[in-house]
Amino acid sequence: MILADLFVIALAGGGESGGPLDVNPGVILWTVVTFIFLLLILKKIAWKPILNSLKERETFIKESLEKAEIAKKDAEKMIADNKQSMLKAEEEAKKIIDQSREFAEKLKSQILDLSKTHAKKMVEDATNEIERKNAEAFNKLKEQVADIAIQSAEKILRENLDKDKQVKLVKKYMDDLSKN
Amino acid sequence: MWTSDSTIVADTLKASSGSQDTGWIMHHVLDARELDLTPFGVIHLPQIHLFGMDISITKHVVFMWIAVILLVLAFIAARKSYQKSLVPHGVTNLLEVLIVFVRDEIAKPTIGHGFEKFLPYLLTVFFFILTCNFLGLIPYGSTATSNISVTATLATISFFVIQIGGIMKNGFFGYFKGLIPHGIPMWLLPIMFVVELLGLFTKPFALAIRLFANMTAGHIVIMALIGLIFILRTYFVVPVSISFALFIFLLEILVALIQAYIFTMLSSLFIGMAYHQEH
Repeated sequence: MILADLFVIALAGGGESGGPLDVNPGVILWTVVTFIFLLLILKKIAWKPILNSLKERETFIKESLEKAEIAKKDAEKMIADNKQSMLKAEEEAKKIIDQSREFAEKLKSQILDLSKTHAKKMVEDATNEIERKNAEAFNKLKEQVADIAIQSAEKILRENLDKDKQVKLVKKYMDDLSKN
Repeated sequence: MWTSDSTIVADTLKASSGSQDTGWIMHHVLDARELDLTPFGVIHLPQIHLFGMDISITKHVVFMWIAVILLVLAFIAARKSYQKSLVPHGVTNLLEVLIVFVRDEIAKPTIGHGFEKFLPYLLTVFFFILTCNFLGLIPYGSTATSNISVTATLATISFFVIQIGGIMKNGFFGYFKGLIPHGIPMWLLPIMFVVELLGLFTKPFALAIRLFANMTAGHIVIMALIGLIFILRTYFVVPVSISFALFIFLLEILVALIQAYIFTMLSSLFIGMAYHQEH
């Protein structure tokens, strides 16, 4: 039924001069010619150069992005390296300072020890010297006393003194001795 | 029963074509042998007859040529801009958006591998239909794509591109063998072959009718809305008519874009189906 209606419409359209479904062979020919002409001319002047430019630009952007990425990575690596070397340097400096401090401490204690022992030795030496001198003096005294005693004994023997005189004499010499 | 129905249709047609009220709408939408530039006058186009065929230049042919000139000028400007620098500016931006759209949203996803070969055809079809659609929306303009001869020709070119693309990729026999889906019983083969063969022709037929109907309908609706003022002979209908006509006009701008997109998209889809038959 609908087909029949369509048929009638088509007939009516075709019958009239110019219905909406009227097919004009001239227009078909011109459409083909126009379209193919447009396709060829645009292919030559537009599609090839423009599509190439677009592709070129896309690869350029892609490469630029990749380069930027690489540069960024390099920079990051450099920063990390710098940080690491700085840390290392700091550590080294600390180590050196520690070492020198330790060394200084050691040197200090060494010097101190040395001076202490030195002083001790000096004191000891002095003490020994004093003792030695003392002993020497004592020995000299002893000799002198013995000499004096012998001399006095000689004198006494020569003068023949009595006991009182002897005592007096001894006392006198003893006093002399102590005075000396 | 069908006879009575048909007579009603026929009578309506006769009445409508006889009456002056609808004639002017069809006159505006249909092809013509002159450019009607009232009130500046009428340009009569040359009538050419070759080998008994009427190949006169008509209004729609003239507007197709205007579209060609506009496109060529625009793309020469765009090419110059690309030669100057890779950064687009001015009208190149607009063209580039459309070119990239056709390339990345239409051709690449629907055809897939090897889409570059069909890109010039798809781009040309897209820009040609788009320009023709828009030329119908300017004053004194006429939509070449509202002529069934034009859309049918474009669809036929599309048909050839689809078939040639498929045959070039898969070979002549391979292509027709690939039309029949795998894993169907042997006795279905003759039917399937006929169905698939018909399918080849219905695709471009649908393309032609869709573009033609969409581009004609909008114009007829606008004319009818304006005609309402003269038919009803009252000023009260003017605001309604004008606002509705304006709405339809805005819709037509959308339709002009959508139809150019759909024609290109479907052509691309059919090319993709013929090119990669394994899917």
